[in-house]
Amino acid sequence: MAFMGDIMNPAPLWQNGPSPGAFYNFPGNSSTFGPGNHSAQEFRAHSANPITTTTTVIGLKFDKGIVIAADTLGSYGSLARFRDCPRVMKVNDLILLGSGGDYADFQYLKDIIEQKIIDEKCVGDGLLLKPRSLYCWLTRVLYNKRSKMDPLWNNYIVAGIQDGEPFLGAVDKLGTAYEDAAIATGLGAYMATPLLREAVDKGNLDEETAKALVRKCMEVLFYRDARAFQRYQLGVVTAEGVVIDDVAEIKHDWTLAHMIHMK
Amino acid sequence: MSSIGTGYDLSASQFSPDGRVFQVEYAAKAVENSGTVIGLRGKDGVVFAVEKLVTSKLYEPGANKRIFHVDEHVGMAVAGLISDARQIVETARSEASNYRSQYGIPVPLKYLNERVSMYMHAYTLYSAVRPYGCSVVMGTWTEHDGPQMYMLDPSGVAFSYFGCAVGKAKQAAKTEIEKLKLADLTVKDLVKEAARIIYLVHDELKDKQFELELSWVSAATRGRHEMVPRSVAQDAESTARQALADIDDSDADDM
Repeated sequence: MAFMGDIMNPAPLWQNGPSPGAFYNFPGNSSTFGPGNHSAQEFRAHSANPITTTTTVIGLKFDKGIVIAADTLGSYGSLARFRDCPRVMKVNDLILLGSGGDYADFQYLKDIIEQKIIDEKCVGDGLLLKPRSLYCWLTRVLYNKRSKMDPLWNNYIVAGIQDGEPFLGAVDKLGTAYEDAAIATGLGAYMATPLLREAVDKGNLDEETAKALVRKCMEVLFYRDARAFQRYQLGVVTAEGVVIDDVAEIKHDWTLAHMIHMK
Repeated sequence: MSSIGTGYDLSASQFSPDGRVFQVEYAAKAVENSGTVIGLRGKDGVVFAVEKLVTSKLYEPGANKRIFHVDEHVGMAVAGLISDARQIVETARSEASNYRSQYGIPVPLKYLNERVSMYMHAYTLYSAVRPYGCSVVMGTWTEHDGPQMYMLDPSGVAFSYFGCAVGKAKQAAKTEIEKLKLADLTVKDLVKEAARIIYLVHDELKDKQFELELSWVSAATRGRHEMVPRSVAQDAESTARQALADIDDSDADDM
């Protein structure tokens, strides 16, 4: 009922006008001028950097769907601070969403998206949000925030089924967005994308090979990215729906480490 | 009606000398003219059934729904003026959404009911507004508290119920509900009972067409409020028609 406005929070009377009884207090004159007359609202803090961060998210398209993976580490600078930060979420039966970057910003947007889905269910027409719509919506939200010089410090990977076809897209903290068959954010953009693209260029990826490749990428990233972690989530979306596996653990082996010499 | 012409029925903010607020009573009358709504709270969930009177053949099937989702886990069935009811639904939705954003968990029905009740009640206090001409039934199921159901009146009064009925044939419906062993019945049984009761209390002579709306929220739906799936609803409806036909037959035999 958008035409009614927000009935719980009505707009104040006499918007944009001088407050009653203060008709001559124009900005900049003697009654408002001076350091003591600035209100707290006039100074706004902007987030200049992320605090609790997460690293790479990987998305890979295969013939009938998309696989997404992300580890569960929340880093506090270089400190491995939180070890159970799930960041692959099921949005609805058509969409999987993965996030990297500031974890608090992700949690904030996650709550908003979840409420969006509930609102949509309340409409009761049985229609579902589609991945391309969420992808576009994310670009608007993130671009709007960056335009206020206060970005949500995240990379998002939207995966889903759009009218029967697999969809994979990424949106960064500036609202820049692109679609691709293989996407990796963060440090993974440098180390996982080549592996993923090699497989995509060969073609004919099925679900099992795609999953195995993404698992391999998670392993490579765990060895080389100092902000990565051995526990990760892996989710798959196909026309049958969304499945997020229980947290998997990489079996790591550092016996070769002594052979690596940095000069 | 004793209220007419006395002058005490013009505003919700004035009592009559014998201590009544006539505007609120008129609002209750608006609800009594509506199609019957019943809510049944069983062993593992809550079932809503609505006799939605279709006032014109020109409406599309399924128009003017009377069962609403408030949140993932809360359903609301309404009787009375549909436009008033929709605003109550909207209020309940925003309460549920605010609670979720504040506390990060689904709103407890006890609390939601309190908030919506206070909202309805506020409209019985001032001369500038009229009370809402609708009653609503809210229901949920949670792992922790099991099934819960509340019915809310235009006066702002709400009670928790095992079974409740409101609208045209509430008396007949209540009599039928009282015959049920609600605490032993599952939602699967209740859907059939609810459909049967609605068909039974429907007055064919006065209101020709109606649609049956059915919804449930139960352990089986994992605490989500959902419209009853078409196949189950059709099954319940045909059983209800059959039960009604059997009664008619036995009446004919008696004569």
